[in-house]
Amino acid sequence: MEARIPTRMGDGSLVEMTRSELEADLQAGTQVAAQKAKVPELTQDELDHLLDIYASPARFTAVDIGDEVVMTNDGSGTKHIGNRVQDLQSYEQVLGVDIIELWQIDYSYKAIKTNVAHEGQSMKIAQMLCTNPVQYGAMPDLGRYSKPDGPFDNWSELLPQGKIQEARDAQLQAADMLVGDISYVADHMVAAGADGIDFDTTGAAGDADFLAGLRACRALRERYPWLGIEIGMASEFVLGMHGQIEFDGERLAGMWPKDQLRMVQQAGASIYGPAVNINTGKSTAWNIARAITFIKPCMEIAEIPVHVNVGMGVGGVPTCVYPPADATSRASKAFVEILKIDGY
Amino acid sequence: MGGMRAAGDLVARMQMTRRMRLREAKQYVADKLGCTTRELSDPVAMEQIRLEKGLGTLPFTSSVHPDDPGMIEAKFNIAKLLDVPINCVERFKQRAGI
Repeated sequence: MEARIPTRMGDGSLVEMTRSELEADLQAGTQVAAQKAKVPELTQDELDHLLDIYASPARFTAVDIGDEVVMTNDGSGTKHIGNRVQDLQSYEQVLGVDIIELWQIDYSYKAIKTNVAHEGQSMKIAQMLCTNPVQYGAMPDLGRYSKPDGPFDNWSELLPQGKIQEARDAQLQAADMLVGDISYVADHMVAAGADGIDFDTTGAAGDADFLAGLRACRALRERYPWLGIEIGMASEFVLGMHGQIEFDGERLAGMWPKDQLRMVQQAGASIYGPAVNINTGKSTAWNIARAITFIKPCMEIAEIPVHVNVGMGVGGVPTCVYPPADATSRASKAFVEILKIDGY
Repeated sequence: MGGMRAAGDLVARMQMTRRMRLREAKQYVADKLGCTTRELSDPVAMEQIRLEKGLGTLPFTSSVHPDDPGMIEAKFNIAKLLDVPINCVERFKQRAGI
């Protein structure tokens, strides 16, 4: 009888599976991703390597000494133990994070615009007290610009009414305003001393959201050649809420990580962050094989650092409030050793 | 990589400012520091190197160095060593009339 190994489901629950069951889940995960994104399945060597990582009962696992990668954190400075700047100091001095990020709880450039002077002051203080690079992060969050939260007609209401052109027009108007807001906030943060700007969860509202991020990135790169600009995605797939939007002549809707990366590189970003969401009803083995299959093609053409989103609900890490270290460490090791990522 | 407990902050700066991929960024920093790439994530080796080059260390009880560069002061030295602009350092100079 095969030994049963403790492992995790995508919702974080601890279950037991045999090595054969884990192997079957890895194969199923890569097959699902390959079919969806029309990319190659993982090789047998890669699946064997994943099986070694996921069939271990160890509490914690890690890469070899010397193979560590850069770690950035959206949402560091979370007021865990004090004010935000004290938390940034804790993240760099106690947790050993490489890039720290100042943020506020209403994680949207639109919301920050109204409070930008105070956010800039916090950035200035953080820069005096921290040694690590400190970036400022928020979501593009295009949905905030539609009624009732914003000034433009709500495309999610227009589309079911068959008002396709009106819905498209509203998204483009919203994108224009969003580009302006990102630029406004970024300019103030740069003036306060920021090392970088993080566009977190880009594309959450679809292709117009992604477009706004790319346009804002290109404008910032022209103004600040040295600035760190990280574009982290919301999902493995760009939703076509508009459907016809192009950047540099290429349609954004339907892009998977490889094409997302090409656009991000062309826009001038420093770091690209692919995101693959978790299926909570499947094992973490199934999820990691699926995530690595989606992202692998982009690693083959990457000219800029790729920092995979490996955290709560993305990148093979369960969707739960306290992600278990056995799951986070396995996912991290898998991405580093198989994809040779530059960070996460 | 351990951030400023080792040399992760330095490698990260090369990724951010020059868009270097990891291998290139590690090699660049190691060359500037005169160490191996493996030592970049070794907090024991890096504590000594950071002290020697004034790149900032942790203000822990057993290794407090108030007379050595730290935080914003250390970033002046990091910018010079890595040959990259650090925004807050440039603004500090400008605003302090240095």
